[in-house]
Amino acid sequence: MRRPIFVMRGGSALAVRRRSAEGFAFLSPVVIVLVVTVGGPLLFTLAISFTSASFLGTLADLRIVGLRNYVTVLTSTSFQHAFIVTIEFALFTVTAEMLLGLGTGLLLAEEFPGRTLLRVLLIVPWAIPTVVNAITWRLIYAPDFGALNALLQQTGVITDYRSWLGDPSLALYAIGVADIWKNFPIVGLIVLAALQTAPRDLYDAAHVDGAGIFRRFSTITLPHIAGPLMVALILRTIDTIKVFDIVWVMTRGGPFSSTKPMSMLVYERTFSNLESGIGSAIAFIITLVCLVFIIAYTRLLKRQSRSA
Amino acid sequence: MRRMAILTAAGLLAIVVLAPVIWLMILSVSSTADIYTVPLRWIPSDWDLSRYGRLLAPDPSGNTSPFLLALRNSLIVGVAGTVAALAISAPAAWHISRAHAGEGLLHVMVGTYMLPQTVMALPLYVMLSSSGLLNRPAGLVIVYLGFLVPFTTWLLKTGFDQVPRQLDEAARVDGLGAFGIMVRIGIPIARASIATTALFALLMAWDEFFYALLFTSNAAAKTVTVAIVDFTSGRVSDYGLVAAGGVVAALPPVLIGVLLQRHLISGLTAGGVKG
Amino acid sequence: MKKYLIATLLVLSLAIHLALARPVAADDAKTLNVLVMSDTAYSDKDVSSMTASFNTEHPDINVKVDFVPYAGLRDRILLSQGSDGAYDVVLIDVIWLAEFVKRDLIIDVTDRVDSSLRSQVFDGAWKTADLNGRLYGFPWLVDAKFLYYNKKMLSDAGFSAPPKTWDEMNNQAQVLKDKGIVKFPIVWNWGQNEEIVCDFAYLLAARGGQFFASDGKPAFQSEGAKVLDYMRSQIHSGIANPSSREYNAEDGRRAFLSGEAAFSFNWQYVYALSKNPAESKVVGQVGVAPVPAGPGAPEGTSVNGSMALSITKTSKHPEEAWTYVTFMTSKDLQDKYAKAVLPVWTASYSDPAVVAGQEELAAAAAPNFKNMVLRPVIANYVQMSSALQEGIQAVLYDKAEPDAVLADIASSVGNQ
Repeated sequence: MRRPIFVMRGGSALAVRRRSAEGFAFLSPVVIVLVVTVGGPLLFTLAISFTSASFLGTLADLRIVGLRNYVTVLTSTSFQHAFIVTIEFALFTVTAEMLLGLGTGLLLAEEFPGRTLLRVLLIVPWAIPTVVNAITWRLIYAPDFGALNALLQQTGVITDYRSWLGDPSLALYAIGVADIWKNFPIVGLIVLAALQTAPRDLYDAAHVDGAGIFRRFSTITLPHIAGPLMVALILRTIDTIKVFDIVWVMTRGGPFSSTKPMSMLVYERTFSNLESGIGSAIAFIITLVCLVFIIAYTRLLKRQSRSA
Repeated sequence: MRRMAILTAAGLLAIVVLAPVIWLMILSVSSTADIYTVPLRWIPSDWDLSRYGRLLAPDPSGNTSPFLLALRNSLIVGVAGTVAALAISAPAAWHISRAHAGEGLLHVMVGTYMLPQTVMALPLYVMLSSSGLLNRPAGLVIVYLGFLVPFTTWLLKTGFDQVPRQLDEAARVDGLGAFGIMVRIGIPIARASIATTALFALLMAWDEFFYALLFTSNAAAKTVTVAIVDFTSGRVSDYGLVAAGGVVAALPPVLIGVLLQRHLISGLTAGGVKG
Repeated sequence: MKKYLIATLLVLSLAIHLALARPVAADDAKTLNVLVMSDTAYSDKDVSSMTASFNTEHPDINVKVDFVPYAGLRDRILLSQGSDGAYDVVLIDVIWLAEFVKRDLIIDVTDRVDSSLRSQVFDGAWKTADLNGRLYGFPWLVDAKFLYYNKKMLSDAGFSAPPKTWDEMNNQAQVLKDKGIVKFPIVWNWGQNEEIVCDFAYLLAARGGQFFASDGKPAFQSEGAKVLDYMRSQIHSGIANPSSREYNAEDGRRAFLSGEAAFSFNWQYVYALSKNPAESKVVGQVGVAPVPAGPGAPEGTSVNGSMALSITKTSKHPEEAWTYVTFMTSKDLQDKYAKAVLPVWTASYSDPAVVAGQEELAAAAAPNFKNMVLRPVIANYVQMSSALQEGIQAVLYDKAEPDAVLADIASSVGNQ
């Protein structure tokens, strides 16, 4: 069907109006979905956090309590403990992932036989579902028959099998190792992709100039990967602040709540203890912490797209 | 010397990456006696392949195996979610790519994708409950759209960015409106990107656990992630069976990942890193 | 544009259609959904077989059973409330009765139960369905903690009979350790789960203590502190396996059945397992006895771990659901599976055919089921149990003192 051409690029008022109508039509499905599945729920949770709502309770029981839930939460030892657990977990895993990822990326940038195959293999930890990873490591740590115990015993590091996930001082780090294993490869691949944009001749020139390994790394390599690495850092940090699945499957928050992060506290309070007001308050606090990082991320993205 | 170091490091990396996976597979075919032997025999002396059969075979009363039903549910939710997400996000991605408008919206969407699930869980529960969609794949699909759509919009926008603008011009001259251009030009040319996005979305839906845990109860909608975790929390007499479940649940996403690794990496890095 | 819209609508409707697809229509004439614990003393296979027989006998009803591990059972019951008729029949633990009744999750079935049946089932078993005189289900499992002991280890140490009092047991354990017969004579299930509160309950009762006084005020602080002292000393003295602090019922029974302990307190399911060579390294050496007597309590003062089958408020087929419940709890059916689980019917215990092969268990069951105590029957029991679990663990890991812990719990629970 042929239509007369009314719309000129960057042209008349008609064009602008048509474009806005277009924009509306094109964007509205997405907006609707987000309002229904994200925006609405977010506001709902915020509202509930100021009440004494109870899961499965009736509206008649609802009372507005203002900031009391937040005060209760922030002053409760269980929340403070969960906050520390979350931060500890985040620091440990993200640091390790960045370092290991950096090393992996640098390694893969080198030429050696089997390099392509190795690159493909790195996808496997990323592709494995989170809960399957959690189960695998739970089996590895099993006190009666786990691979870790077997390995350490057969190499003489320990004499008796021991429990790893049952030790309050070790459990969180044991879970951390499982999370690191799953995520450091993708960081490595991101670093690799960034490295491959670095011009080769710059390296060669520096080499000829006699610059040592560290000098080359800090002045040439690092600037190229800093951006992507920062992005990966922020994304992974947000992920660890939200962590739930892997801890739920590996220890359920035990032993002695030494592995209970904030998100598990939300689940407990909201759905197990049926104290939805409190649970929502905790959830919102987690959101605020995440928001800090989300804003940092979007700023970083904007800066990068401007310079790209 | 340097070469030696690199090769050793590479070998070590390969072992670290593969060892847990391989051990899981070995565990799934080891007999119970072998599993508990101390010191552990790494290669089982008694191979027990029955677990896979037991996982997928019908139960004593003749009903389909619950695990098989869970796999089916994950597939339904994954495919339906992916299809719906693509249909909803393609126009938005196209518009943002072409009109250079709505970038703010894109950033907001990416932000929402990173919100913790726990903060939306209760309202979503209430919403599904009052519309009768709890414990139904449709309900889970709607919830999943919340994180699939931002992601697919983001990736599709990057994919559409690669479609040359001259083609838009040419199509406009031919009399096509914006929708027409997207359908006739944009989508066909960006189809590789769309396929990658679809598989990404499928992976994400398959992996999801928290919402599935909350919003599905029984075989009508329980997904494979919930099913396999149920395996491990109860009285476990056969860890080999648990391992077998893990292998089966991991097979589809790992296959997808390995087959597409090149596209996946460029998709991830292009979208997330360069903005 | 129109074509695109049509195409999108088609695609979306395909997606919706796919998503709405279900294996069999869940709202069929009479489909019942039942939720029970996986691997109760009845195996999942047993329950499926029983259900299959029911389905054959009642062709107009189709029952589907879902199994969920105990750890997820209560959550699943609560979460499924939002979907109408997700479950018609659910298995409830005695400790949830007060809460579920208060939240109106299960229906009153008092009028459906023939009053003559009351005397035929253990009093203790009724506690899992009877709240203030009204019945909210029918007992399906009657259970308590039993004292399991290793006969061979005891006789090696010169003991011909299991201990009848706590003092005796502590003494026997000490002798076993001193003589080097076993490194850790007792294994407890004191991980951070409901088990630790179960043990606290009967240890408290053994001293004559109670959770709440008749006026509703918390009364467990002083005797409870002594109980916690005892539990802590068990770990420190080396009498108890230190890993007990991580164990749940399964871990504990695995340790005991591997021959690593002489004494273990566990549920009735361990008895049958102890005779299974695939699960037990001490076949033929395991004895079972009632919980020992204490200064404030007779022999058999164990903890009530019974469970009942209840009908949910949201069920669309309460009549058929009750038919199923009656079938599953009937004396004949329970007698048939008595080797796996002891029946709730008192008459069965005098039937030689029923107790054949497990006379020892049945004999130990009599005082246990008669004297077992309840954990607090309050609507917010789950929160109190959580606090107790954490508090007791804190004491066992030397992170807190008994008095402080119990005072905290008493004040947060308040008067009942």
